[in-house]
Amino acid sequence: MKDAGADQGAVTFSLNGEEVSSAPVAGERLSYTLREGLNAKDVKVGCNAGDCGACTVLVDGAPVCACLVPSQRADGAKIETLAGLRDTPEGRDLTESFANTQAAQCGICTPGMMVAAVALLRDVPQPSEAEVKDALGGVLCRCTGYRKIIEAVVGAGRLPKPDGDGAVGSSVRRVDAEIKGSGREVFGDDAAPANALAVAVIRSPFPHASFELGDLQSYAAQMGLAAVLTVQNVPGRNAFGVIPGFQDQPVFAEGVVRYRGEAVAAIVGEHELIARIDLGTFPISWTELPAVDSVAQATAPGATQLHEDREGNVMCRGFVNCGAADAALRDADVTVSGEFETSWVEHAYIEPEAGYADVVDGRVVVRACTQAPVMDQEQLAAILDRPLSDVRMIPTAAGGGFGSKLDISVQPYIALAALATGRPCRIAYTRTESMQATTKRHPAKMRVKIGATRDGMLQGMTFEGDFNTGAYSSWGPTVAIRVPVHASGPYILKDYTARSNGVFTHNPPAGAFRGFGVPQAAIAQECLFDELADAVGVDRLEFRIRNALTSGQPTVCGQVFEQGVGIKACLEALRPAWDEARADKVPGRGVGIAAGWYGCGNTGMGNPSTCKSGITADGQIVLHQGAMDIGQGANTVIAQIFAEALGVPLSKVSLVGADTDLTPDMGKTSASRQTFVSGNAARLSGEALRAAILRHANAEENAVLIIEGKTINADGRSFDLSRMAQNEDGYVFMAIETYDPPASPLDENGQGVPYAQFGYAAHLVEVDVDIKTGQVRPLRCVAAHDVGRAINPLLVEGQVHGGIAQGLGMALMEEYLPGRTENLHDYLIPTIGDIPPIETVIIEDPDAHGPYGAKGLGEHVLIPTAPAILNAIRDATGVALRRVPATPARVRAALKDAGYE
Amino acid sequence: MGYIRPTRLTDAFDALDAGASVIAGGTDWFPARGDRIAPGPMLDVTSLAECRGIAQTLDGWRIGAAVTWSDVIRAKLPSAFDALKAAAREVGSVQIQNVATLVGNICNASPAADGVPPLLALGAEVEVQARAGERRVPLADFITGPRKTTLSAGELVTALHIPNVPEGAVSAFQKLGARRYLVISVAMVAIQLRPTPTGWKDVRIAVGACGPVASRLSALEQRLTGTTAAPRVTASDLVPLSPISDIRGSDGYRLDTVATMIERMLADLS
Repeated sequence: MKDAGADQGAVTFSLNGEEVSSAPVAGERLSYTLREGLNAKDVKVGCNAGDCGACTVLVDGAPVCACLVPSQRADGAKIETLAGLRDTPEGRDLTESFANTQAAQCGICTPGMMVAAVALLRDVPQPSEAEVKDALGGVLCRCTGYRKIIEAVVGAGRLPKPDGDGAVGSSVRRVDAEIKGSGREVFGDDAAPANALAVAVIRSPFPHASFELGDLQSYAAQMGLAAVLTVQNVPGRNAFGVIPGFQDQPVFAEGVVRYRGEAVAAIVGEHELIARIDLGTFPISWTELPAVDSVAQATAPGATQLHEDREGNVMCRGFVNCGAADAALRDADVTVSGEFETSWVEHAYIEPEAGYADVVDGRVVVRACTQAPVMDQEQLAAILDRPLSDVRMIPTAAGGGFGSKLDISVQPYIALAALATGRPCRIAYTRTESMQATTKRHPAKMRVKIGATRDGMLQGMTFEGDFNTGAYSSWGPTVAIRVPVHASGPYILKDYTARSNGVFTHNPPAGAFRGFGVPQAAIAQECLFDELADAVGVDRLEFRIRNALTSGQPTVCGQVFEQGVGIKACLEALRPAWDEARADKVPGRGVGIAAGWYGCGNTGMGNPSTCKSGITADGQIVLHQGAMDIGQGANTVIAQIFAEALGVPLSKVSLVGADTDLTPDMGKTSASRQTFVSGNAARLSGEALRAAILRHANAEENAVLIIEGKTINADGRSFDLSRMAQNEDGYVFMAIETYDPPASPLDENGQGVPYAQFGYAAHLVEVDVDIKTGQVRPLRCVAAHDVGRAINPLLVEGQVHGGIAQGLGMALMEEYLPGRTENLHDYLIPTIGDIPPIETVIIEDPDAHGPYGAKGLGEHVLIPTAPAILNAIRDATGVALRRVPATPARVRAALKDAGYE
Repeated sequence: MGYIRPTRLTDAFDALDAGASVIAGGTDWFPARGDRIAPGPMLDVTSLAECRGIAQTLDGWRIGAAVTWSDVIRAKLPSAFDALKAAAREVGSVQIQNVATLVGNICNASPAADGVPPLLALGAEVEVQARAGERRVPLADFITGPRKTTLSAGELVTALHIPNVPEGAVSAFQKLGARRYLVISVAMVAIQLRPTPTGWKDVRIAVGACGPVASRLSALEQRLTGTTAAPRVTASDLVPLSPISDIRGSDGYRLDTVATMIERMLADLS
């Protein structure tokens, strides 16, 4: 330990057993020194405030957040990170058990989780669940729902490998389990070369303001910047957006900003400089203008217009109508109605947006975390005014996405900076910046009325929902169109009218978030179903089963599925838990159920995926896997499907991608489409490759293929691959196949074929309600999902757990308020202590179009959880909540209003 | 001048004179400064001899300014400290508890500081040192408002003093939040009392996150003295509190739940 005066002096410490030195400046965080000075990129930074625990390291054996430790304090200490701990006995056990339980999904929290877990296992070799929760409570995860992590730590060293062989339907480790469990995964901020310049974006502190820029040239010179970027530096279209006709968000605002956090300029300079510069010094003068915050304000007469071409601030509307809803409701024996309200919800992936760009041979190469590499490429080309072939997107691993990384964020800033400076340029959004600037879930206000006959059959439903879409369109139109298609839930409703309005306000753009508006609508519909069932005196589960959609019955869009409508089976699967919970008469305890459905892929239009595969002359089977794995497991699922179609073991398949130079477009990771759409493309590619091999071998269609070294053997006919001619890609066999799900545009009444398939779900949640404090504690969940065919059942469980955690957060605690909850201690997401045990029931009612019958799953899970929790609260207390999140304060207020003392 | 981590107080005062910013655990220091930190003089107090360790003295306990929440959890202390230990386990996460200090918690003076209610219940005093000498201030007088203390320029808090606790005193702490772990309090309560055959004695009840500073409920304490049964807590018992309404709850909700928490904790203690 050194004495005073360590003024910019060197500190020396042990990093994973090696003596290292660094010369930190005052105020430098240990996380920064480790990552930037010592290249310890296994230490992740998620918040810089001790709120997420991603940067957990051991200092003299004790877990700490490296972002809160002054680097000077490391002097003489022993610092351990995952890179060192993974080779210790505890680290090895955890690496194995994380892989065996798929406890790492996107992998960004995994280093922090494992480091904290090593510290626990050193103290307590066989910890209880409670001990694991206490030890890991400081590390947030947004993907897994924590249950697999608990399982992995409790069972460290004792858990078997999943026993599957990789065939479709078998649970195997993720193909990327090793890289994610070891801290070697390269995320958005891990890729840049050491000499990269850094970029920082200047953003609006006001929801609505005009501004004037000062003398930027002098500022750049005075601060020693390499460049200052504004709209003047945008050579192409200064607008982006994901939907044609709605590309309305500027890269840099021109004269006026429409939300707090909107970009107006960017500065570029040496990384050390940008890391410490006070952005408040940027020369800009603001004039705050009146802002409209809510749909009511935005649609009031005389309201400030956000966009000239959007009269009344209406972005767009959605509409579905079948039968005569009003007449049906008039004739119904019983009707119930309600107005429901949901809040802004933040994606809160643990990895803030990050990446770097470089100009290579005149082309712009961007490496960043994304869910949609080809859409990024297209948008960048338009912004940069370059041909598509001049832009290459090489996605890094994405540390979670959940919809928000479908939009571009950092991409144009680093690309413009690289073009302006000729040097590689990097950026990582700060947590606050990520929360301020990127998209959110739409807050909704929904007025819903549903009727039924005395014998418990649905009769008529009307739905009207206002969706606050913020300042720019993003995926707002998709939400507006999806909601009316789904707001009926998976039930038979012959008379139905649903309207949605997407309205601009001076708020962050609301975009895509797991479910595209359907989770909001499901809250209204499923909560009213409980009231309706009670009103007609029918058991709530029975009511749903009685009205459940079946194969052969039309949806509210008039679409008839001849097979694969598995909602009834999902609901029936809840029966044992439902009966058991209903018999349980503990005061304050309640049980709720809810169902959901979700159409996989784009609504009423094509959304093709193209998959390329090949075999090299030395016998390597290569799958060009361009479907972004953002943690959900596409790398594994797509590879399993491909291997099955080709007829080889999964272990023989190696992956390439994603990279717009190397992988054909497998579309975006959204709308629960990758397993279904890209899975089908992979299946077709595998089948085509197999057919080519069999033709060459002149073998039967069902021949067994064995590829050993450079030899392929097909039912005893073998041939040497190395003797075959290679194509320009280096393959002796190659197949490129495209799949586009059959869907057709909806007519003016929303009738048509919106999706080739839906997936179905039903959840049961049991809760304890503390009547006096309003605290709601979920005790258990049972989740039944019709996935058509579970390609990898363990991955299905992972999606179910993670979706439930997000649904629980939306139901009980998550509320983004611009300017007030722009960090992870004011914006709460569930911790490891908040998620109850989850029982996953997999229903397999095969889909006619899905690969091996498989349906999409990711978004479906989030839909029933929140209404099931609200229904459980009502079951416990008799009080129906109309607003989420149901925070303790709101629940208590509702209970008091209902007469509780 | 950059980062100073002295072992002698006199060097610390030099650093203070030079305008250094004081850092102990750092868990409030870094978040308060945001993501882009310009280098500036910093005074790390964690190596000062005067700031280290928990020591029993003739008149009680001395908790140095470098003592972390984890140190408190591990320390052998009488049951009157149970509330402080329970609060320690509710501070952020293990990662935070391992570096965050009690003294940092009170100097940061957040209305929602987890440490303040149990320290008020313990009757803690703050040891303040300056070149001119040492002064001791009752904690209740030290924190004067949100992010405000009576600490003057050139002064440093070096320790907390807990006077000898009454023999047989027990204590409890509860924190109400919207999730488990890593949560800022909506409200919190610390209670210390001594059960005797003639009822509760030395009753101390302190409430946090229900006003600009945490407060003792003196009238309620007096009303409970000599009784043994958990009473109904009414609005008049909570007069010293002045909670705000914010995203975590309304003022009325805070008062309502504080009453419930006190009733329940007293029932558990009796």
